This record gives sequence, structure tokens and C-alpha cells, in this order.
Amino acid sequence: MCDTCGCNITPGNEHLVRGDGRLAHTADGRAAVTVLQGLLTENDHQAAHNREHFDQHGTLTLNLMSSPGAGKTSLLEATIDALGGSLRIAVIEGDLETENDAVRIRAKGVPAIQIATGSACHLDAHMVHTALHHLDLDGIDILFIENVGNLVCPASFDLGQHRNVTLLSVPEGDDKPAKYPVMFRAADLVLCTKSDLLPLLPEFQPERAERYLRNLASAAPFAVLSTRGPGDLGPWLDWLQEELTAQRARLEQGLTTKSGGQSAGAQAAAVSGHGHTHHHHGHEHGHHHDHHHG
Amino acid sequence: MHELSICQSLLDQVEGIARQHGASRVEFILLQVGPLSGLEPALLHSAWPLAAVGTVAETAELLIEPAPVRVRCLDCQAESAATPNRLLCAACGGFRTRLISGDELLLARVELTIPDPDG
Repeated sequence: MCDTCGCNITPGNEHLVRGDGRLAHTADGRAAVTVLQGLLTENDHQAAHNREHFDQHGTLTLNLMSSPGAGKTSLLEATIDALGGSLRIAVIEGDLETENDAVRIRAKGVPAIQIATGSACHLDAHMVHTALHHLDLDGIDILFIENVGNLVCPASFDLGQHRNVTLLSVPEGDDKPAKYPVMFRAADLVLCTKSDLLPLLPEFQPERAERYLRNLASAAPFAVLSTRGPGDLGPWLDWLQEELTAQRARLEQGLTTKSGGQSAGAQAAAVSGHGHTHHHHGHEHGHHHDHHHG
Repeated sequence: MHELSICQSLLDQVEGIARQHGASRVEFILLQVGPLSGLEPALLHSAWPLAAVGTVAETAELLIEPAPVRVRCLDCQAESAATPNRLLCAACGGFRTRLISGDELLLARVELTIPDPDG
């Protein structure tokens, strides 16, 4: 959403802006200011700057989200093994403590920056911005941001990524999309991981998980895979290639895109249309801004 | 549990508005929060006093108005009520819907006491 064109006005709040104008007075003489401004404006602003930075380097940035232990780092290791020879990959790791995940990624010969969030339950755009100061994106094709393992808070914070990938591992149960609708609505791709455990956990039905996802009005692709055993990484690697091709095509046309699920259809915005300044107040967004709700 | 950081951001915005209007005190803050925003109103309420203490908004009343979850169907164009984990069209049952209300996370209105310049 944005604060300039009126797209914040929904059937749920339009009554607030009808009538008495922007600086009316209440019965007891207080000045009443109608604002209708998003509470995450500052984060969203930083996220837009991050996205500009990624686009300038021609980098496709993907935000990986899941509960702790769903296999985000294992997926990245397997992805580096599969694509590391043909694509240049970098990783930003978010965890409350330790460098463990970054160490695992670096062992694969890929640059990795660890953000230790302390007790913060999610990454925000400012933390990613700080990490970017330590990461040279020149020549990087894909930057993965591995968010803090958490199905709640990370969904609310735009980091500047182009796409969200949400993992759902078999041991977690197939009703996670119904239990955490905000997270799964935000997904542009849902990966059902640890499929090698399906024979041990027959109560997990991938079809049911996908049905819960569709109930969220999501058209995001749903792929079942495992990083060990016979699990097929093909659909995931194909999706990465398609997204990389799409990102390059967008950049050639001076466009960018932001994640946020498939529910609102295509979301392209002109890079040059952003018109961002470094001030947090009084800036103007371009006319090509992304106006969907989600 | 990101409600405290949201409160900090809310406070920054409210303080900015108070400054802009030369207000001596913020009396009332109205937020609009939809269930699909990912924010829990009760947690926001308990976090707010921690953020506001010692500021121009310290004594402000915080009201959080819930926003209804509503979708519009891209196939049959019907507009209907929905629930956070079932965003299907109530008319045709289709899943190609667009959320038109329910993910709001908005500062809707503030009420200020502005000292009379002649007073």
C-alpha cells in the first residue's frame, strides 16, 4: 500500500475520511487530523531503497521464510551444489544468535553475511541495509535472504526482496497455511520440504496443504521436494531460473517488482518511477507504484 | 512479537504530526488494524504505554478499530465477507479473489490539543 494515491482507503475505513476534512475539530475543541498512513512506512521506505540497490546490481533477491528447522539452510546448500557452477549466489542469514548458518554457507564457497538479531523475531529492511554494506553484490545473480525461523513476524516486513519463498516441512503438519494465513498469503512460492519423511508421516497430505494454501486465494506454485534421498529439486531450480530470467527482462524495461503473494496478479513497477529521496517525510512516489493490497 | 517496534514507528509518526501542528498534547489516536496485517491489537495495546512514556503522546487514548475481511472475486465480480484463512468468493466459491479490506495497518486519525497562539 502507499500513502499518496488513496489506495489505503478501503471499504473498512472510508467512513473515516468522509465529511469533515483533514483538520476538523471535535466537540471539545481538539484538532482532529485524518492521517490514513501505514504504520510500516519507514520500513517500507528503506525496503524500496534496498530493492533499488538490488536492481542496480542486476541481482534477484529472494526472502526465504519458514518455521525454525524447516530446512532453509539445507535447501540453500543443495541449491548451491546444483547451481553454484553456473550462477553466482550470495546469502544473508538471519538468526537470533550464532554464525552457524553463515559458516555452513561459506563452506560451500559462497559469500554469506550473518545478521544476529539478538532477541528480534524477524529481519527488517534496516537490518538488511546494514548487512548490504558488508556484501559486494557486483556480479551476484541471486541473493538469498534467509529470514529468522518464524511463521509470524517476518511476513509483515518488506526487506526489498523481489519474491517470497515460504517453506513448509512435512513434520510440521499440513494445516500450517490455515494456521498462519498472513505468512502463507505472502508467499510467491511454497516449498513442501523433507518429502523423504512422507512415508513415515502419512498423516501429512501434500494435496491438503495445497488446498489450505488455495483457501488463502493464493495462486503461488506449490512444490514438494527433499534435499536428501530421491527428492526432486527440479521444480525449485526451474522456478529460480524463470525468476532470474523475468528479473533480467524487467530490468531491461526499467521495471521492478515486489513480493507479496500471487493473490493480486502481476505486480510490476517502474524503477525510475520511484523517485525516492533519503528523507523520510514529504517524498513523492511515482505513478507506477505497486497498488495491490497484500 | 513485533508489536513494540510497530509502536515505536507509530510514535514517530504521531510525534511528527503533533510537531507539524504545534500541539502540546496528543489526546487520541485511532488505528485501523485488519486481521491479515499480522498485528495483534491486544499486544499493541500493552506495548503502547512502554513506547509512549515521557512523550507528547504519553496520555493519549489509543483506540484500535478492527477492519473487516472482504474480498472481490476476479471471476464473478461479487464482493463478499471472508475469514483470514478462507478468502474464497462467497458467491461462486472461486479462489481467484482480491483482498479489498482486512490487511490494513493504518494510523487513521489523531486528536491534538493545540495551544491558542493568543492565549
